Amino acid sequence: MSLSVTVSNVNKTFLTGKTSVDALKSITFDVKKGELFGLIGPDGAGKTTLFRILTTLMLANSGSAAVDGYDVVRDYKEIRKRVGYMPGRFSLYPDLTVAENLSFFATLFNTTLKENYDLVKSIYRQIEPFAKRKAGALSGGMKQKLALCCALIHRPSFLFLDEPTTGVDAVSRKEFWELLRELQASGISIVVSTPYMDEAGLCDRVALMQEGKIMEINSPARITENFGKPLYAVKATDMFSLMQQLREVEAVQTCYPFGQYHHVVFHNSQLSLEEVRRVFGTVHTDQLEVQRIEATIEDCFMDLMHQ
Amino acid sequence: MSSEFAISVRDLTKRFGSFTAVDAVTFDVRRGEIFGFLGANGAGKTTAMRMLCGLSFPTSGQAHVAGFDLFTESEKIKKNIGYMSQKFSLYEDLTIVENIRFYGGIYGLSDTQIKSKTERMLEQLHLKDQAKALARSLPLGWKQKISFSVAMLHQPKIVFLDEPTGGVDPVTRREFWTMIYQAAHEGTTVFVTTHYMDEAEYCDRVSIMVDGRIEALNTPAELKKHFKAPSMENVFIQLARKATRADG
Repeated sequence: MSLSVTVSNVNKTFLTGKTSVDALKSITFDVKKGELFGLIGPDGAGKTTLFRILTTLMLANSGSAAVDGYDVVRDYKEIRKRVGYMPGRFSLYPDLTVAENLSFFATLFNTTLKENYDLVKSIYRQIEPFAKRKAGALSGGMKQKLALCCALIHRPSFLFLDEPTTGVDAVSRKEFWELLRELQASGISIVVSTPYMDEAGLCDRVALMQEGKIMEINSPARITENFGKPLYAVKATDMFSLMQQLREVEAVQTCYPFGQYHHVVFHNSQLSLEEVRRVFGTVHTDQLEVQRIEATIEDCFMDLMHQ
Repeated sequence: MSSEFAISVRDLTKRFGSFTAVDAVTFDVRRGEIFGFLGANGAGKTTAMRMLCGLSFPTSGQAHVAGFDLFTESEKIKKNIGYMSQKFSLYEDLTIVENIRFYGGIYGLSDTQIKSKTERMLEQLHLKDQAKALARSLPLGWKQKISFSVAMLHQPKIVFLDEPTGGVDPVTRREFWTMIYQAAHEGTTVFVTTHYMDEAEYCDRVSIMVDGRIEALNTPAELKKHFKAPSMENVFIQLARKATRADG
């Protein structure tokens, strides 16, 4: 299997005044060619730092990384020709129009919009009506589409997308991921980061990141299969009281709200059904509903955070 | 206005030139309620929220917030509400304690009040060791919890939360909601926007804006029943897909 990205033991420390922050701690992972790989984690996990190192914009303190066989330090020029990068912050020229931004980025890479039209067509069509508008005056959704267009204009083999869906509504997020699948189908390898746990399921493989560390790497299905503890969804009339009561129970490891249910994890993975029934029997509440469920990525992420 | 409502809005409209950002919305928020204010990007949520906080003057309509008229008493409204957003919460160059003191001063709290509130807040948030840390050095989740507590410093009748949990880790996100529950339990009305659809389930009632109008408003359970949807995410997608407004 050919690899498009290899990261080996990368560390990065930032000094701010007298304190130092370990932004990345021994990060090691690979991305296969043609893969849609997700970096899943909250703000402060180290996702952006990792992107900056991989796109040759920042140096690691130690460790090595390569993109398509090119070393991020030695061969940075080669990498810059091959990658498209969409930073988390809008980084286009706000006082150039949509058309001017596109033509600027195309020219930088010695190409034209026309030459790569087939690749960006489905995205470009959505921003075309605003071609003469200044980029700074676009809505968030349109800025994001323009940024993606600019990142694709030189037909990169790798696409790095830093939190493209943060602050984006549920419908636009869905559409964006459909777009990523299309790009993947056209042969581009993609590394995308997101704080939305539910988006992990849309990736081929994911790295779950927290505070500079990778807690787990696997396919989303494998990660949820490996949860390994009985998990119950519970519901009652007074959800707040239900949560408070369950958190007092010794056998209960965690009880957290998950939408219309609370998810309850027990310390003991071998807990018998009778024992579980006995625990829920001690709760004083109306209309208690209990069901055993399979873990979601978010359950797994939270469990890993507790370890 | 009946005192049962913390917010009461009739035909509230905001136009920018020929563009109607908020189009004659009418709704009430009950006192002590957790009210979820949802909508797609560009649907008009932020404009509506800015109007309700007295930051943007409406084009037409009527509204009462915390018992005051939005058109004539917006300064009184500002004193009786709290506000926090994801984009801006604390002054990064000030320490936690300095931020609390600053906001306390803005809201006219006495030095003694600020002192006791500061102590209580640091205790509740387990931040005693971090009291002198710069806000910038804290993880986002902590900042958001402090920011919420700061927005509640002057015991406002209503607190407006604009995407308070965006980018926050899943555990802290839930701890944050526990704080919201607690505030509502103690009588504060909570008006909150979010893109996390599981959080829509935590609200007493939810409104969904599409193209400047409120297309649906009810409890999450009733909305799911009405739209024959398994989840709030599905309700949201059904409604937001109907949007025709060019999102430029």
